Amino acid sequence: MRHLLGTEGLDPATALAILDTADGLKRTLLGREVKKLPTLRGRTVITCFYEDSTRTRVSFEIAGKWMSADVVNVSAGSSSAKKGESLRDTALTLAAAGADCVVVRHPASGAAHRVASWLSHTNTSVVNAGDGTHEHPTQALLDMATLRERLGGVEGRRIGIVGDVLHSRVARSNVHLLTSFGAEVVLVAPPTLLPTGVADWPVGAAGSLRISHYLDAELPTLDAVMMLRVQAERMHGGFFPSAREYSIAYGLSEARAAMLPEHAVVLHPGPMLRGMEISPAVADSGRSAITQQVANGVHVRMAVLYHLLAGEEDAA
Amino acid sequence: MSTVVIRGARPYGEDAVDIEVTDGVITGIGSDLEVGTDVEVVDATGLVALPGFVDLHTHLREPGREDTETIETGSRAAALGGYTAVFAMANTDPVADNAVVVEHVWRRGQEIGLVDVHPVGAVTVGLEGEKLAELGTMARSAARVRLFSDDGLCVADPLIMRRALEYTKALDAVIAQHAEEPRLTVGAQAHEGDLAARLGLAGWPAVAEEAIVARDCLLAKHVGARLHVCHVSTEGTADVLRWAKARGTRVSAEVTPHHLLLDDERLSTYDPVNKVNPPLRTAPDAKALRQALADGTVDCVATDHAPHASQDKDCEWSAARPGMLGLQTALSIVVATMVEPGLLDWRGVARVMSERPAEIAGLPDQGRPIAVGEPATITLVDPAARWTVRGAELASIAANTPYEGMELPGAVVATYLRGRLTARDGKATA
Repeated sequence: MRHLLGTEGLDPATALAILDTADGLKRTLLGREVKKLPTLRGRTVITCFYEDSTRTRVSFEIAGKWMSADVVNVSAGSSSAKKGESLRDTALTLAAAGADCVVVRHPASGAAHRVASWLSHTNTSVVNAGDGTHEHPTQALLDMATLRERLGGVEGRRIGIVGDVLHSRVARSNVHLLTSFGAEVVLVAPPTLLPTGVADWPVGAAGSLRISHYLDAELPTLDAVMMLRVQAERMHGGFFPSAREYSIAYGLSEARAAMLPEHAVVLHPGPMLRGMEISPAVADSGRSAITQQVANGVHVRMAVLYHLLAGEEDAA
Repeated sequence: MSTVVIRGARPYGEDAVDIEVTDGVITGIGSDLEVGTDVEVVDATGLVALPGFVDLHTHLREPGREDTETIETGSRAAALGGYTAVFAMANTDPVADNAVVVEHVWRRGQEIGLVDVHPVGAVTVGLEGEKLAELGTMARSAARVRLFSDDGLCVADPLIMRRALEYTKALDAVIAQHAEEPRLTVGAQAHEGDLAARLGLAGWPAVAEEAIVARDCLLAKHVGARLHVCHVSTEGTADVLRWAKARGTRVSAEVTPHHLLLDDERLSTYDPVNKVNPPLRTAPDAKALRQALADGTVDCVATDHAPHASQDKDCEWSAARPGMLGLQTALSIVVATMVEPGLLDWRGVARVMSERPAEIAGLPDQGRPIAVGEPATITLVDPAARWTVRGAELASIAANTPYEGMELPGAVVATYLRGRLTARDGKATA
């Protein structure tokens, strides 16, 4: 694997190898006080974030450090981007400075693909840490890791993704990855927050995709429900009449959570708007896997760096 | 007196004849014309002779972005593409919303002399859509502006559009509308369809074009004015035009070569060379546009030639400027999409590339028949040639062609503007 740009078209065998590696790393580190493996010693990982992010950037940084890579963080606010340097020049600079891997978060859809094309003549790998409203592949991988732990797998399972699918890179990456592993994905949102033609998207042959506008009708048969964040700017964009009305129709209240089957899992990619798309009691309940997602995020990103930088042949 | 005989050319692809040109005028047409010893003979055996092409829609970038194109380099590209008249859009810096700027553009074009450069005047001051520019002053200036457009931006306010349509009735001019309802295209990046949605690119819905075209057709009919629709890109717009024309609306329309050939499948690489406004639509849209051009619903082909610097294209999609080069590839794209599939014969090519655009813009000496007594404004085309597009080899300063590396059919061999050779075998003559 040269780059990780998205889950659309990601070979399920490769995804499985990453997940198995993440699993192995998690078990290896379990209970250890010193969480440091020597695997990527001498390799350089640069995170390059053009959007504010806490969990993803920190997660990549910890992942790199636990693998003993040298991790350098660049943010748009402190970089040459502020002086008007182009993304292309920044990418070429980071590669020339010795980055073995560049982790890119950018508000433009396709930014990581462009960076990969500009770096095609180098040996630098590119990881997409979120590009606009397109993809966020490591988020989908960590969600999958969490669902594997909670449900034993997703094949034949019904997973609801609820909320602002239109603007969500998390939803897109999850649709592709979950369906490629045989899940039945249901996107639940008002029509204004669903992408054009989403019901006809080509998805993993093993799984299926359908849309629904009615959360209450879906909850009783879901094995997992993934709540998406509603961004403040959407509330003013006329996508729905009010936060209150959205919350009434699509928020995961305690009463709604009670409609889920006993075994069903609640996920949220964060950051959460408590009281808006999810009630605090549900977020903190036993069926919530939200902190587990964050923990798995580190192991999944360690595994991604491992597969990009250390090669496949001696995968854990 | 200078005389040239173009030997063995096939006007409109029909029987081969010799065309005698004296002092810029066609003075004889026939087989085996007698040629005096002092007469230059040009061998045009096998070449198709067409009236020089007229482009209602180019961006020559001067004044303001001379790093991407100038009136001189754009004139060369036009001559090499077989054009003898081009209309330079008003979205320069400063904007061509006054007599000073339009006269500058007109005079520069005349000084260079490769192609008649007709400035398009802005409809509103600064292209801001709020206040009518001094249309009458521009019309009465040395540039004799007859085409007005805020292209790049839509005259979105229905009242301003109504007034512009009404006012230009007295100027024998036409408003060319960039049809894009701005409220429906906030942040738009690509055709609103399955692919853009999957790629996370904000949608530019077809209805944003169709709604404005429908509105403007109704307004033009209501006030009895003429309307020209720029770069028609959707099947729905073709349907609206068909309906409007059937009820007697004085509306004309253009389609770009790229909307005839390309579709939104090109988005998947995120390469902004494919970013253009209006965006590349679906394959069924392109098919419908080819049909609409063939049946006359869409009147003509216009390039929307839009040079951009590499730093404005070799970047992330949302930061890139929309637009693509078009002058030197237009004929070949028309051959590929219209002639080769049998949708247009060479008479039809003359109609959509020369005659109709000249009529729409009111140019009396362009788009004329190839006949004795007419201006020798002629483009010679080799229908059998095939060539490979290389952006770096095009005459424009910018190189943003979406056809890089593509092999295209049909090539312009020579262009004559009122008897003067302006391009020959890939070289502009000034």
